[in-house]
Formats: sequence, C-alpha cells, structure tokens
Amino acid sequence: MVTLTIEGREVIVAPGTSLLEAAKTVGVLVPHYCYHPSLPVAGVCRMCLVEVEKFPKLAPACATTVGEGQVVHVHSEKAREARKGVLEFLLINHPLDCPICDQAGECELQDYTFAEGRKDSRYMEPKRFNPMEDFGGDVVYVPNRCILCTRCVRFMDVVAQDPVLCVAERGDRAYIGKFEGQDLTSPWASNVVDLCPVGALLSKDFLNKARAWELDRAASICTGCSQGCNVMVETRDGVVVRIRPRPNAAVNQHFACEVGRMHYRWMNRRDRLEVPMVSDGQGLALATWDAALTAAASEIASAGRVTVLASPALPNEALFLLQRIGAHVGASLVMTVPRGPEAPLPGVTDLALRAERAPNHTGAELLGFTDVSSPMAGLGANDLVIVADAAVASVPAGVRVIVVGTVLDATLAGATIVALPVCNVAEEDGTFTNLRGRVQRFLQAKAPPVQARPTYRVLGALAEALGAGAYPPLAADVFASLAAAVPAFAGLSYRGLGLQGADVTLPAEATT
Amino acid sequence: MGYPHPAHPRETPVISRYFGDAEARTLAGWQKRGGYEVLRQALATDPVDVQNVVKDSGLRGRGGAGFPTGVKWSFMKPDGKTHYLTINGDESEPGTFKDREIMRWTPHQLVEGAAIAAHAIYAETAYIYIRGEYTEPIHRVREAVKEAYAAGILGANAMGSGKRVDVHVHKGAGAYICGEETALMNSLEGRRGNPRIKPPFPAVAGLFAQPTTINNVETVSAAQHVLRHGADWYKSLSSPANPKSTGTKLFSVCGNVAKPGNYEVGMGFPMKEFLWDLCGGPPAGRRFKAIIPGGSSVPILTPEECEGAVMDYEGIQAAGSLLGSGGVICFDDSQDMVRQIARLARFYAHESCAQCSQCREGTAWTTRILERIRDGQGTMQDLDTLLEIADNMSGKTICVLSDSCATPVVSGLKKFRHEFEAKIPKNRSSVMIPGFSPAAA
Ligand SMILES: Cc1cc2nc3c(=O)[nH]c(=O)nc-3n(C[C@H](O)[C@H](O)[C@H](O)COP(=O)(O)O)c2cc1C
Ligand code: SF4
Ligand code: SF4
Ligand code: SF4
Ligand code: FES
Repeated sequence: MVTLTIEGREVIVAPGTSLLEAAKTVGVLVPHYCYHPSLPVAGVCRMCLVEVEKFPKLAPACATTVGEGQVVHVHSEKAREARKGVLEFLLINHPLDCPICDQAGECELQDYTFAEGRKDSRYMEPKRFNPMEDFGGDVVYVPNRCILCTRCVRFMDVVAQDPVLCVAERGDRAYIGKFEGQDLTSPWASNVVDLCPVGALLSKDFLNKARAWELDRAASICTGCSQGCNVMVETRDGVVVRIRPRPNAAVNQHFACEVGRMHYRWMNRRDRLEVPMVSDGQGLALATWDAALTAAASEIASAGRVTVLASPALPNEALFLLQRIGAHVGASLVMTVPRGPEAPLPGVTDLALRAERAPNHTGAELLGFTDVSSPMAGLGANDLVIVADAAVASVPAGVRVIVVGTVLDATLAGATIVALPVCNVAEEDGTFTNLRGRVQRFLQAKAPPVQARPTYRVLGALAEALGAGAYPPLAADVFASLAAAVPAFAGLSYRGLGLQGADVTLPAEATT
Repeated sequence: MGYPHPAHPRETPVISRYFGDAEARTLAGWQKRGGYEVLRQALATDPVDVQNVVKDSGLRGRGGAGFPTGVKWSFMKPDGKTHYLTINGDESEPGTFKDREIMRWTPHQLVEGAAIAAHAIYAETAYIYIRGEYTEPIHRVREAVKEAYAAGILGANAMGSGKRVDVHVHKGAGAYICGEETALMNSLEGRRGNPRIKPPFPAVAGLFAQPTTINNVETVSAAQHVLRHGADWYKSLSSPANPKSTGTKLFSVCGNVAKPGNYEVGMGFPMKEFLWDLCGGPPAGRRFKAIIPGGSSVPILTPEECEGAVMDYEGIQAAGSLLGSGGVICFDDSQDMVRQIARLARFYAHESCAQCSQCREGTAWTTRILERIRDGQGTMQDLDTLLEIADNMSGKTICVLSDSCATPVVSGLKKFRHEFEAKIPKNRSSVMIPGFSPAAA
C-alpha cells in the first residue's frame, strides 16, 4: 500500500491508484472531464491538474499514479489558476446555450464554471459554429457544445467495441465524427449520452422533455431483460421521463442498453386498470376492494382446476405470494418468458441485453414457475386462471379469469370475473432476482393510479382471504417471509440487500 | 548539379560533406566513400560498446530536445522483448529543412545510421518516418533501402553478420504533430497522430507497446561518424569551451538573409559570424530585426542578443532562446513582427492535434487576437490577454506544441511590444466583430 497526503489528509491506497481516485477515497473531488472510471484514461481535458510537491509541473490527477510520501494539493492557487484557464478555454467557443440545453442542471461545465470559473469573458471574436448532427439511433450531436473529452469515442471504441465515432479534424476545428457510412445504432449506443459531461450528445427521446432540477429520482432495476441493470427512474410530475443507469460494479458498471432505457414508456400507460371490478353477469362492474377480494377468493376456492399464470416481470414478493396461493389450492404455476436476440456489451464482463426479456425469470423459477409456451392449452370449462400481469393471446371458451394486473387486455376482458388493479414496477417496492441470482431492490418512483394497490399487498390480502396464511402489509416484511420460507433466499433481507443487491444460492443448473 | 552553394571554408561538413554530390546517393557511390564499413564493424561490436562510444562523444539529439543520444540508447536492455528503432524524418517545424537534405543527398548515410542505431539498441527493425510532402527524400530513401537489401546490407543476415536488420520507410500524411515522438508512433501504428501521455516512456512501451528508441535523422547520421572516427574526434569538432555540446550541427537558415541554406558548423560557433560570414548577413540595404535560432518554437532573439552568442545548446540558451532543431529564421527591418508572429501562431493553431483543451482552444484564440491586432482591430487589453493565455497554455499539456505557440508570442511581445502597440488604434476599448457593422456614431 502507498501512503500519501492529499489536501492535508492522509490517504492509504493500493499502488497504481491514480491521484484522482485516491483523492476520492478521502472525499476530495478533483474536477475532471475526460476521466471516467469505466473508460481507459485519456488525460486530454487537462482539467484535473493538481500540484504535487517536488514535481516541476502540475500533474494530471487522472493519469498520475500515487507515490509514497507524495504531498498533493488539489485546491492550491496554482492548480485553481490552471483549472480556471481550462474553463476559460472551453468556454471560448461554447455557446450561451444553457437556457435551452438539455444538460443544464447536470452539466459539469456549468458546475465547475460556477465553482471556479471566471466571472467575465475575454473572448471577443465570433464563435465557431457547427450544425447539429443526427448520429442515428437515439443520439443527436451538438458540436458547438462539445469539449472534445473523447469519452464517447473511447466508449464506442473500447467498451462497445463498435468504433463508429472518431475525432475528426485538428485544432479548434476538431469535432466528433462518425466513420463513413456508420451510425450510432449499437444496442448500447445511448451510454455516450450519459457519459458526455456536457450537452453535446443528447437523447432524442428525452430532448426538451424536462430540466434536470424538475426530476424526481428513484433507485430501481431495469425491467428490460434478466441482466438486472441498476437504473435510476426519473419522473416529472408523476410521469416517468427517463431511465438512466445507476452504477453497480457487479452488474452493469455505469451502463444500460437501449431496450432498457426505452422500457419506461409502458410505465406511463394511461389505459390502466384503476379500480377493482367484479363481473355481474353482464360484464365487469366497479366494486370495492373488499368485495372484489372476497369474490376472487370464493371463485378460486370453488373452481375446478386452477392455474396461476404470472409474468416473469413481477417482483419476487408477488411471485412468492402467488406461489403460496397456488400451493393452497393445488394450482399449477406457469409463466411465459418473452425472448429476443442477445446483445452483449463486449468491453464489460458478463454484461448483455439478455435473451430473456424479463427481469425476474430466475426469481420466478426459484419460486416454482415453469416456462410454458401456451399457458392456456388444454384448459376448458370450470377451469380458472389467475392471470398476474401476464399477456395472453386468447382464452379458451369456458375458462374463467381473475386478473391481478396493471391493465385489462381486450383478450381477457370477456373471460374475466374479477379484476384487481395493481401497481406497476415504478409504483411499488420490491425485488428481482437476475440471471446470476443477484437479488436487487427497486424503489417506488411515482404514485399509482386511482385505487391500484401494490401487488404484494393485493396478493397478501387474497392469500389471507383464502386461508393461505397471513401476510404483512409492507414489501420488506413480505420479503422477510419469503426469505424465511424459500431456502435459496435464506438470510437475505432488504437491509442486507441495500441498493446494490446480494446473491441467492442458485441450484447448479439455474446458472446456465 | 544542384546544391545551392559550395561549403563555406569555416563550415565543418561531416554530415553534409556529400550534399550536392549525386554519386553519393547510390550504393556504389556511398561505398566508394567508405560507406557501410562502419556498419560492418558495428555489427561485430557489442551493443553496449556502441552505446558507450556514443555516450562518450557527447552527441545529443538533433530533433529539438537535445537529449544525450548514448544515454537514450542505454535505456534499451537486452530483455528478450522485441525492440524498435524509429527514425524521425517528419521535419515539419517551420524553418527547419536539414533532414530533408540528408535524405535527398545521402540516403545511404541515413540507412547506415539507422542500421547502426538499431544494432545499438538490440532492435531488428527500424522505421524511417518521413513527412509526406517530402516526395523526393522519400523516393531517395526508398531507393537506398532497396539497394541495401539487394546487396545484403539489410535483411536476415545483414552484411553477413548473422544479425537481422530490417528498415521500413513510412510516408507520413503531412501533420506537424506526427513529428512528436509518441504521435509518430501512433501514426505508424495506423492510429490518429495524437501524442500519448507519458509515462510509459517509449523506452518502456513505445511502438506496438514494445521498447522503442526514437531518433532524429540527423542524430543517427551523426552517430555513424562518431563510430567511424571515435568519440574524441567528434568532440574535437566543437568548441572546447563547452563540453556539453559536442560535434557539428546542421543549421537551416531561411528568411531575410543573403544566402539561405544548410550550414554545418562545429558546436560553439559564434552566431554573429555565422549569420554574417556564412550566411552573408541580411539582404542588401537591410538590417536584421529578429532571429529565431532553433525552429519556430523557440524564443525570438534581437540582433543585440545574438551579438555575443555561440551556437550550441547552452550558448543559445544563455542568449535567451534554445537551439531546438537548428532552424534559423531571420527577419530584417522590412518585416512586420505582428504579422510574422500571427503567422506562426496560425501554424500551431492549424496543427494542434486537438487533444488538450489549452492547446486546441488557446492556439486558435491566440491566432484570432493576433490577426485582429494585425488588422488594426486590437485593444491594449489584448496584449495582457495574450500573455495570460500564453501562461495558461504553457507547461500544462501532453506535448509541448501548446508551449511552442506561446513562446514566440511571449518573446515577441516582450521584444517588439512597440510594434503591437503601434497597430492598436488610440483610445480603442472595444472590438469590432468582423461581419458586424459598427453602430452609427
Ligand atoms: C510538436 C512536436 C513536433 C516535433 N517534430 C519533430 C520532427 O519533425 N523531427 C524530429 O526529429 N523531432 C521532432 N520533435 C521532437 C521529437 O519528439 C523527439 O524529441 C525527437 O525525435 C527525438 O530524437 P533525438 O533524440 O534524436 O532528437 C517534435 C516534438 C514536438 C513536441
Ligand atoms: S453543455 Fe453545459 S454549459 Fe454548455 S450549454 Fe449545455 S448546460 Fe450550458
Ligand atoms: S460529444 Fe461529449 S463525450 Fe463526446 S467528446 Fe464531445 S463532450 Fe466528450
Ligand atoms: S499540446 Fe496540443 S498538440 Fe500536444 S497533445 Fe496536447 S493538443 Fe495535441
Ligand atoms: S480528467 Fe485528467 S486530463 Fe481530463
């Protein structure tokens, strides 16, 4: 280990650590643009210059490794002057775009200029101008704002290993270009938008939708596939407007794919199932929660064969309660896992948009659900299916359905006898188990519509009404019951999971 | 036969001895002049001994930084790794055109020097990187390499020594930054010619991430003479007053001077005599106004500062500038220094590789201000701004291109401030933006 002093604080880090990372460990932020912990060091923005005693020149903190006994000054006069110089240079040709720039509020150029830039501008010449460019995919490039940090180039080159971006031209004429005939359409391309420290690369999808300071954020898990990327769900006035990756070194580093990012759209569906409903013989009629739950319990209890058809996008908590209900009435537990092409991110070990396009495929398996292609096959009169947020192509004649869902599909409407409105993933708390068996929590990001209730609460009440046990009203407590009952989850708790997750004990074959 | 003028009696033509001699270009001609004999000896000598002779000779890099060549070679140890030699023939510094003449007239001198240097650093492969616009030199060097291969001088069993020496000629695309050693390596590898951050230094991980030595064309050419005649002989060519700068140096002289061209003199040659006796002084009826002694990236000197100066690393430094690449640029009293400095700045702005914020933006901003002052649109405030920008551009970037732009600006402003001030309209406090008409007064 190497011991040094940074801003008067003693730091002990492993040899080879950069000054910038070493400073972080004692809570000292060295301002920087081109450095990113998930990208190779470029050392080009020259914003991170710090004073190291006995060094003849200022040292780039991102590209300088720690040395025994070094004394480093991040906020010395000389270092601050150098940063002020960099900021002045970067602002020379930078447009006064903040009022219309999507990055405003989360812009590192804005932040550092506010913190330590000049108060005036000495630049009197006309500014350089380059037109905006559509990079393909979801990304648009605004070259006037680009500070040439090359994060985007390095990401596409080294991490995505799809080198479509380059620095074109020299001098202040330089800009980020695309290689001839290529577009930014890699399934991971949008990460360049997050990586861009300024508003030079923007998401077309998010463009002009909100300002950073209007957003509420909740830590969540991506529902796009079974990878379980950690994400932030960002809402404005109760509407999800953006999903961005949340760092988790063990799962997705700093990244998320295009499919995951676009997975917020259904969270804002307006055609929701909003109130409990019970069939009155003519069709579904509004009911109170108590009446609906009672009706559902008695239908289930009196049915012949019962099938529980659950979505593998449901949280562990909901699936656990469904399993309990199923066990109580001797139902079979099935699911259908949607699939698509797998798209790995080559530069990161074990990160891919997975073929199983459901966040809780593994959790559902651990809780006893079997993947079937036609869940309704062979069912007929007197059979009852509890459809828990699953999509169904058609319902055989005579089959009665109890919907526990966020929407009521037209295909189910005719067969439904009770409909229980529940929250979607953005509206409740819960956990998913990813394909590697990592159990990860997601937090509520927005309010549910009208009378919809958290899935675990609805199913807990239903289980109780059926006499399948008493379940507490909080997600954490439901999870505690799950952990106590299902051996794979033994020892886990919300507190222990934190916001980075923990592993279940997977049976050997489930890991493949 | 095309060399501009015969060697001046006070020159010491070692490297330039056969400039103008077309026969020396061919293998036969080169061998007739004793060529490749020293390579034969070198290949039979232990690399460490070769390194030591060069170390003793005091030879320093002629590419600009003046690092001791023998010391540089001694960083390369027989460690079992693949080593590379890269010869820097990019020569894009304004005012510098000495390597061009070595390659044009004595391509075998370069090939022989390259083979010796490769042997000295335990390398089997040397790349000669030549500036793309240098069509004739590229042609000459390629021909020489071809001849040397055909004669068994290069190849798997170089001169029957049992050692492999391969030389490849690489044509650059004409980017000044590709003369910087690490950018050159990137360029050779087929990447964008951006300088790399150091460490790692080339001797540890250079070309293709292998230990690499990079030397200027003139440096390896000189090294060859050192081996042929010995370290003491080499030292005897220069002024005994300064043992830190030894041997001879090729100076390219251009600008407002009676006899521009390449001159090879012993280190320590008096600058005044160089400019007046060898180069014939300023054009008739003119007086020198300024001299840039080491290529465009070093401080500008006034004739007074050149007065007692001697031409070696320390001598020029004592006069307030640097020997650099040895490109002597002369300005006479007809020149507008603001215009000249603006042109230099524009060159650096054009050539900045655009990696570092200070360099990319600073060189361009500096140029715009200078051109505005040149056009009579400057303010007195601009002069202070220029100096502050220069300060922010110096010592903070990956390579020294940024510093190189700042240097002539700072020294020019210091020494010719009156010329800048004379262009600034009195009482001007604001700036007219080109393209906007001034408000009606
Ligand atoms: C911007 C820049 C341009 C350079 N151009 C050249 C060049 O054209 N030729 C050259 O020999 N050295 C050039 N150099 C110096 C090289 O980086 C390096 O120091 C030199 O090739 C080493 O060889 P030497 O030790 O034999 O001098 C340049 C350096 C910089 C910073
Ligand atoms: S990139 Fe930052 S500084 Fe530039 S306009 Fe956008 S918010 Fe403002
Ligand atoms: S577009 Fe953004 S990420 Fe890419 S180089 Fe410019 S500032 Fe950096
Ligand atoms: S100083 Fe200029 S030329 Fe050198 S690496 Fe930086 S940007 Fe490129
Ligand atoms: S963060 Fe260190 S140079 Fe950019």
